[in-house]
Amino acid sequence: MKLLTHNLLSSHVRGVGTRGFPLRLQATEVRINPVEFNPDFVARMIPKVEWAALVQAADTLNLEEVPKEPTQGYEHDETFLRKMHHVLLEVDVLEGTLQCPESGRLFPISRGIPNMLLNDEETET
Amino acid sequence: MNINHKGGLKLNKIEKKFLRKQSKARHVLLKHEGIQAVSYPTQSLVVANGGLGNGVSRKQLLLALEKCGPMEALLMPPNKPYAFAIYKTIEESKKAYAILNGKEIIDDLGQKIILYLNFVEKAQWKRMRLQALPPGLLVVEEIISSEDEKMLLESVNWTGNTGDQNFQKSLKHRRVKHFGYEFHYENNTVDKDKPLPGGLPDICNSILEKWLKEGYIKHKPDQLTINQYEPGHGIPAHIDTHSAFEDEIISLSLGAEIVMDFKHPEGVTVQVMLPRRSLLVMTGESRYLWTHGITPRKFDTVQASEQFKGGIITSDIGDLTLSKRGIRTSFTFRKVRRMPCNCSYSSVCDRQRKATPPSLPESSKEAWQLEQEHVHRVYDLIARHFSSTRHSPWPRIVEFLKALPSGSIVADIGCGNGKYLGINKELYMIGCDRSQNLVDICRERQFQALVCDALSVPFRSESFDACISIAVIHHFSTAERRVAALQELARLLRPGGQALIYVWAMEQEYKNQKSKYLKGSKTSQEDKEEINRINSATTTAGLLVNQTPDLGSEDQASSVPTTNNIQEGECTSRKVPSSELPVHTNRTSFHSQDVLVPWHFKGNPSKDKDVEPFGLAGSPDPSPVFHRYYHVFCDGELEASCQAVGDVSVLQSYYDQGNWCVVLQKV
Repeated sequence: MKLLTHNLLSSHVRGVGTRGFPLRLQATEVRINPVEFNPDFVARMIPKVEWAALVQAADTLNLEEVPKEPTQGYEHDETFLRKMHHVLLEVDVLEGTLQCPESGRLFPISRGIPNMLLNDEETET
Repeated sequence: MNINHKGGLKLNKIEKKFLRKQSKARHVLLKHEGIQAVSYPTQSLVVANGGLGNGVSRKQLLLALEKCGPMEALLMPPNKPYAFAIYKTIEESKKAYAILNGKEIIDDLGQKIILYLNFVEKAQWKRMRLQALPPGLLVVEEIISSEDEKMLLESVNWTGNTGDQNFQKSLKHRRVKHFGYEFHYENNTVDKDKPLPGGLPDICNSILEKWLKEGYIKHKPDQLTINQYEPGHGIPAHIDTHSAFEDEIISLSLGAEIVMDFKHPEGVTVQVMLPRRSLLVMTGESRYLWTHGITPRKFDTVQASEQFKGGIITSDIGDLTLSKRGIRTSFTFRKVRRMPCNCSYSSVCDRQRKATPPSLPESSKEAWQLEQEHVHRVYDLIARHFSSTRHSPWPRIVEFLKALPSGSIVADIGCGNGKYLGINKELYMIGCDRSQNLVDICRERQFQALVCDALSVPFRSESFDACISIAVIHHFSTAERRVAALQELARLLRPGGQALIYVWAMEQEYKNQKSKYLKGSKTSQEDKEEINRINSATTTAGLLVNQTPDLGSEDQASSVPTTNNIQEGECTSRKVPSSELPVHTNRTSFHSQDVLVPWHFKGNPSKDKDVEPFGLAGSPDPSPVFHRYYHVFCDGELEASCQAVGDVSVLQSYYDQGNWCVVLQKV
């Protein structure tokens, strides 16, 4: 699971709503997967990211520090884009858990795959 | 009725008690066995308490009875606490009545029992029809020599415990040892991924090879359970778990003979003598349908005649007696099953068993259960099989993905093996599927994927530029759930974001055009059709792989109608008349919108060469059939469902090779 994916994930436990974001990340195994750098692609991702959640996740994984917010004119800041490319797309959480900040429900990440299945009572519908 | 009056003499206490007991015995025989005692002397007597069922052997009873005169017959029904003694003359039976009524004898266990006699018109014994062995059952006598028997018995080390890898247990009524795989009594199966080190003992391997060569068995077993039964021990009636073991189960009896009870679910019981050094071979019906067990007791009812050896204990009650049990050690060999059970006995098959045939759900709980059983479980089962095959993506879906702006974030809800996740490298795509096995395949292909339900997708709202839902919505079994799945897709879209949705169409011919699949299938060979059908079927859960060029629709399970008898507008009135779901016939028209589509499992083509295909033993095409639930959509129905979703508009709708398709836009 890449951190960009984590940034899109939200708890869907019944009644949690928007308070289910961001999921608390705990990682026991992380791998760095080199991905070809595409500055335009990364630049397009930046405005879609929930920045505080990303800062928090990167911090949890003890990655090099993510700026508190995107730098001005980041579209042309290659250092910044390379750094974000690494954080968003190359860091891969293989083993760990995701925890709903509201209900405390834990979801396992195994072999890079979050299992977000809920049982009957936990679902919204 | 009372024939024991002694004139007007007053009876003493003991005599009263005796009369009471005799009367009771007569009453019980009448009530429970329908045996009518008579008050006048006849040639025949019913001897209460003198039966095989309460431990009196033929020899013992004869000893007492023959003292009273020559007998015509002694009938001892199995498991009954009485016998019929038939004398040559009434004089002799009267004499026996006088001498033996109330007489105490010692039974085979050394206990005292008192006989109560009554005259009967004739010895009533409903002769059962001639019994046959359960179909598929075979008892091979003297299959090994006494020397081999001795060697095998000595090879079993019951004393070893610590560090013994071949798990030994003392069960309630016997002790056991396992080789090859440990048998787990909690769930009556083996852990197929955890063979025990060492396999089967060498001594067994050579014997098994011999039996294979001589044709007694067809498969080489890979699991051995050794049971030791002392007199009084037994094993409850059971059917070996279908999903755990293959058809052929064999058991070698060593040390002593034993009677095994076979029961048909409809009530027929056959008792089978397994002589010492014999091999019991259970296949087919006797393996799958009949239970077998050993009653815990110290004596078996067996045929009295010397020439009798193995096989059925007949109902010839003129030839039954008791046999004292000895210590019997059985070597039961089984082959661990690698493929789902496909037997024809679904009522007793742990894999196929269902209380009732699936029906259209009447509550969301029932809907969930139906989908669980007939969508999720099936796709999880077949997922791995197709991971090594490939499938070309559908052009119009590719077109949709390629047209999205670079840097779009896209969710594929129901992504299967991830066929669409890598179509456009300029997108950030995440796949979701209900099936862990399918998601595993996506992950192996380096895609972002997670396990979730399409009704409850764990992404924040309005975070996606686009979504696709290919061959997913038709697996939801109520209209409410189909709308809820669409609603969940819409929730994920940012304003202006688009979703592409494909569902399987009821109409497989549209505007006089047969779907591509139909045209393709006409020229295909049977097996090619099969492959394609399976592939197409698989795509319905999003597993989008194929071994052959695409012939069919994105979402076909080869169930393509050969004639077009569906008129536009006909759909709305099309309701399932009964709630039981019809099973669709492949390559015919749909007759119902809610159907079970059969899918024939074709075996596992994976690297595991040890896996034998079904039918190796010559059994006729036993490929298992899975039923997947579908709701096929009528013209206009998908659009109507989308109308029920808030905040979206239908940008486009079209028919694409047997599927109804829409593009939604979030407003």
